[in-house]
Amino acid sequence: MKKQDDRWFRLFTGIVAASVLVIVVGIAVTLVHGSWLSIRRFGLAFWTTRTWDPVAGQFGALPFIWGTLYSSLLALLLSAPVALGIAIFLSELSPRVLRQPLVFLTELLAAIPSIVYGLWGMFVLVPVVRRLEVATPDWLRQVPLFSGPPLGVGMLSAGLVLAVMVTPFTAAVAREILKAVPVSQREAAYALGATRWEAIRLALHYGRTGIIGAVMLGLGRALGETMAVTMVIGNNPQVSLSLFAPQYTMAAVIANEFTEAADDLYLHALVEIGLVLFVITIVINTLSRLLLWRVSDKAGAVAPVAAPAAAAA
Amino acid sequence: MNPSVPRFLVLWAALAVACSGGGAPSGGASAPPAAAESPSAAPGQINGAGATFPNPIYSKWFAEYNKLHPDVRINYQPIGSGGGIRQLINQTVFFGATDSPMTDEQLQSAPAPIVHLPTVLGGVVPVYNVPGVSAELRFSGPLLADVFLGKVKKWDDPAIARENAGVKLPATDIAVVHRSDGSGTSFIFCDFLSKVSPEWKQKVGASTSVSWPVGVGAKGNEGVAGLVKQTPGSVGYVELIYATQNDIAYVAVKNPAGKYVKASLESVTAAAASSIDTMPADFRVSITNAPGADAYPVSSYTWILLYAHPSDKERARIMVDFMKWALTDGQKYAPPLGYAPLPEKVVGLEFEVLKKIG
Repeated sequence: MKKQDDRWFRLFTGIVAASVLVIVVGIAVTLVHGSWLSIRRFGLAFWTTRTWDPVAGQFGALPFIWGTLYSSLLALLLSAPVALGIAIFLSELSPRVLRQPLVFLTELLAAIPSIVYGLWGMFVLVPVVRRLEVATPDWLRQVPLFSGPPLGVGMLSAGLVLAVMVTPFTAAVAREILKAVPVSQREAAYALGATRWEAIRLALHYGRTGIIGAVMLGLGRALGETMAVTMVIGNNPQVSLSLFAPQYTMAAVIANEFTEAADDLYLHALVEIGLVLFVITIVINTLSRLLLWRVSDKAGAVAPVAAPAAAAA
Repeated sequence: MNPSVPRFLVLWAALAVACSGGGAPSGGASAPPAAAESPSAAPGQINGAGATFPNPIYSKWFAEYNKLHPDVRINYQPIGSGGGIRQLINQTVFFGATDSPMTDEQLQSAPAPIVHLPTVLGGVVPVYNVPGVSAELRFSGPLLADVFLGKVKKWDDPAIARENAGVKLPATDIAVVHRSDGSGTSFIFCDFLSKVSPEWKQKVGASTSVSWPVGVGAKGNEGVAGLVKQTPGSVGYVELIYATQNDIAYVAVKNPAGKYVKASLESVTAAAASSIDTMPADFRVSITNAPGADAYPVSSYTWILLYAHPSDKERARIMVDFMKWALTDGQKYAPPLGYAPLPEKVVGLEFEVLKKIG
C-alpha cells in the first residue's frame, strides 16, 4: 500500500516537473513560429540593424537590445550597493526593535505594482531628474555620457526606477543569505580579534555565491520589466551612451505596439523581439549559473540560493 | 485504502482533457461569416473588439442601449484597431472598430465583404507648453511637419515667428513628444502631416506607429498630456478632450482655405460636412485637411466594422437596430465625452447601407 502511494506520488511530481520543460519548449516553438516571416526576411540582420519603421516594413532590434541591457545593467549598478547595505544592516547591525518594521517595509516595496512605480516615476522622479539635467554644467555635457537635451525622461530615469524596483528583491535574498552564514564563522572571527566590519566582510565572503545569485535575481527582474520603464524611458529607439537620451527597451516596444500591429510582417517582427528577449534571458541566466559554479567551486562554500530564472515578459 | 492519490490524478487528467477540448479550433473557418459566439449563447449577446479611441462613447452607448433593451448585451473590448481588425477577419468577434479605415489588402484577406460605418468624429490637437507665452499660437501644416521632423528646433525660429506676429517667443529648444503606443491618434496626426508635407510623406508616412524622426514617446493620450504639461518648451499632440480637460494650450491649425482654426466639436463636424461630396460609397475616407472654411484640418471619423451579410441573421438584426439608434438618439451622448456628432447627411447615407445588411 505505502509503496504504491510513493509510486503515484513520484509519477505525479514527475509529470509536473516535466511540464516546466514542455512549457519552455512550447514558448520557444511558439515564438519562432510567430516570428517566422520576420526571421526569414531579415535573418541575423534583425539583431544588428537600427531601423524600426513600421510604415516602410523595415525592422531591426539593435536599439531595443541596447536599451534593455543598458537599463538593466544601470539598475544593477545602482541597486546592488544599496540592497547589500540594507541586507547587512538588517542581518547584522539593526537593533531588534527596528528590524521587523524595516523588513516589512522592504517587502512592501516589492509588492507595489509596476504601473504605480511608473506613475511615480513620471510625476515625481522625472521632474527631479530634469532639474538635475538642467543644472548639469556645460563642460560635463560634452561628455558622451551626459549629452543630449534635458528632458527628464530617458535612460537615467529608467535606471533609477528599475533600481528602486529591484532593490527589495536583491535585499531580501541577500539578507537570507547572510542569515544562513553559520554563527561559528562569526564567532571564530571575533575570537581572532576581528572588528565588527571584519566579521561582516567574512560573512559576505562566505556567502558570496548566494549574493551574486541575489544580484542576478534583480537583473532578471530588470530585463523583463515593462510598464514602469516605458513610462519614463522616452521610447525613442536609438543606440546612445548618454544617460540623458531617451531610449527604448524590448519589453516596452512589444507592449506599446502589439495591439495596433495590423500587418503580418510587423506582427512577426514584434514577436521576434520577444524571441530575442527570450534568448537573451536564457544566455544571461546561463552565464550567471556558470559564474556561480565557478565561484562555488573555488570557494567550496554552499550556495544557499541559485540564480533564479528571469521574469521574461 | 489509498484511492485518494489516483483520484486526484484522474481529476487532474480530466481537467487537462477539458482544457484542451475547449481550446480546440472550431473548424469550418472557410464558411461564410459565422457568428463569433457559440450557438448556445443568448442571441442578444454580441461581442466586439477594436479601437481604444471611441471606447468611452461605445461603453456609454452599450450601457444606455441595454437600459432600453434589457435583452441586448453588447460587449466591447478596446484592444486597439489592429487587434479589432484581426479578430473580425478571424471571426472571433461579431463586429470590429477602427480609427483608420481597413486597407484593400486587409479587406481582401477577410472571408467575406466588410462594411465601414462611421460612428462619431474626433479631433487631434497639437498641444504646447512654452513658458512666458500666453498668446494663442498658430501653425500651418508644413510648419507643424517641420517641427516634428526636427527641422525647426527652437521656439524663436523665424518660421514660427512668421505665423505668430506679435508673439514674443523664447530661444528655448523645442522638445517633441509623441505617442509611444500604436494609436489611431498618431495615424490621424501623421495622415494630416503626410497631406501637407511631401517630406513627411516620403520620410515618415502615416500609420498607427511610425518611425519618429525626433522626440520622446509617451504612453497614451494621458502620457503625452502629462509630459507636455511638465516639460517646458515641449510640443505634442492629443485628442481634443485631453487638451481641454488637462487645461493645456493647443494651437490653431491652418486649413486649406487659409484660415487658422482651433479644434472644437463644431469645427470637427464642419470638416466632415465639407468633405461630404467626396465621401466614397464605402465610407473609407480621410477627412484630414478638409476644404471648408470653418473645417478643423486634423479631424477624423471612427468606424464600426460589420460583415455585410452575417450568417447569424438574428444578431445582424439586433446590431442594425443598435446602429440606427446610435446614429440618431445616441449622438447626443457624444459631445459631453469630447466627440463631435456626425453630420446628418452622413447618417442618411449610413441608413441606406444598414438597410442592406443581413
